[in-house]
Amino acid sequence: MIRRLAALVLATLLGACATPQPQGSVVLLPDAGGKPTAVTVTQGGQQVVLDRPYAGAQLSSAGPKSFASGAQEVQAQFGAALAARPLPPAQFTLYFVEGRDEFTPESKKVIDEIFGEIARRPVPDVQVIGHTDAVGSNAVNDPLSRQRADVVRSGLVARGVPADRIVASGRGKREPAVPTADGVAEPRNRRVEILVR
Amino acid sequence: MKTPIRVLPLALALVLAGTSAGAAEDVGQIKVAKGQVSVDRGGRALPAQVGMGLAAADVVKTGADGSVGITMRDNSLLSAGPNSVLSLDRFEFDPTTHQGRFDSGLQRGTLAVVSGRIAQQSPQAMTVRTPSAVLGVRGTDFVVSVP
Repeated sequence: MIRRLAALVLATLLGACATPQPQGSVVLLPDAGGKPTAVTVTQGGQQVVLDRPYAGAQLSSAGPKSFASGAQEVQAQFGAALAARPLPPAQFTLYFVEGRDEFTPESKKVIDEIFGEIARRPVPDVQVIGHTDAVGSNAVNDPLSRQRADVVRSGLVARGVPADRIVASGRGKREPAVPTADGVAEPRNRRVEILVR
Repeated sequence: MKTPIRVLPLALALVLAGTSAGAAEDVGQIKVAKGQVSVDRGGRALPAQVGMGLAAADVVKTGADGSVGITMRDNSLLSAGPNSVLSLDRFEFDPTTHQGRFDSGLQRGTLAVVSGRIAQQSPQAMTVRTPSAVLGVRGTDFVVSVP
């Protein structure tokens, strides 16, 4: 018994000497959108890739070491950080009547929803992002998409959203809602996205 | 129903005059703050509050009872738990192309991250550093701790 205990103490001491200095941990969480995601963890010359939900890496003076974490473990250690996470941006889309700076009737209803979302948030800020279809070059579409965003921005300001909390930008034809070949006219791509954050 | 969202010449003129410059310069905004939270900026410790805009090189600190949630301009979400030190080392973002660069650091504490448009556009363009490691973010949701 005593010999066993001595062995255990020795093993513990040796273990303590050999234990690398802990330097933290990283855990990949499930992606809300279900898309494949990954984090690379590089320490010294060593790299671990986390590419499955709850895949983790312990950081230490010996380099990163993979481990499997879980929902409860993450909640226990990171609960406060996760609870402080801001609401994700709420996204709305407004469509234009072709060739005019005027919204479709359906889009006018969406404007009420946007104001509801703004009212729900303690310190809202709004991003207004214009898009075009694939007719024309970036040199034409970038300013056009920005103009569409500016129209919406001025409308939101006119309805009472503080001007310094709305940023307008244009994405041109880079992010079509409906992918098309270049040069194709597509009304569903002539739109303005609004993110309430 | 009247349609207030029309091109009002005056409103458009104001927009073109750049009235949104203030918000556009912030790299992020504090959306959630509980307990003790402060921001180190240019050698001064500013008390943090919900709605405060953040700049590149700001260092956000939480006390023993503190936590903070930040939305960045590219829609990245960073939130830190108690006793944390989080630095926004570098942030550049082109809203038209989504090209940019976002480097942050966790010196101590706990951090939850949802990456945004910079990482979505360029898988090498977002990193989170700890004192001993570099995390490359390829569009994802993860947590980090540093003792």
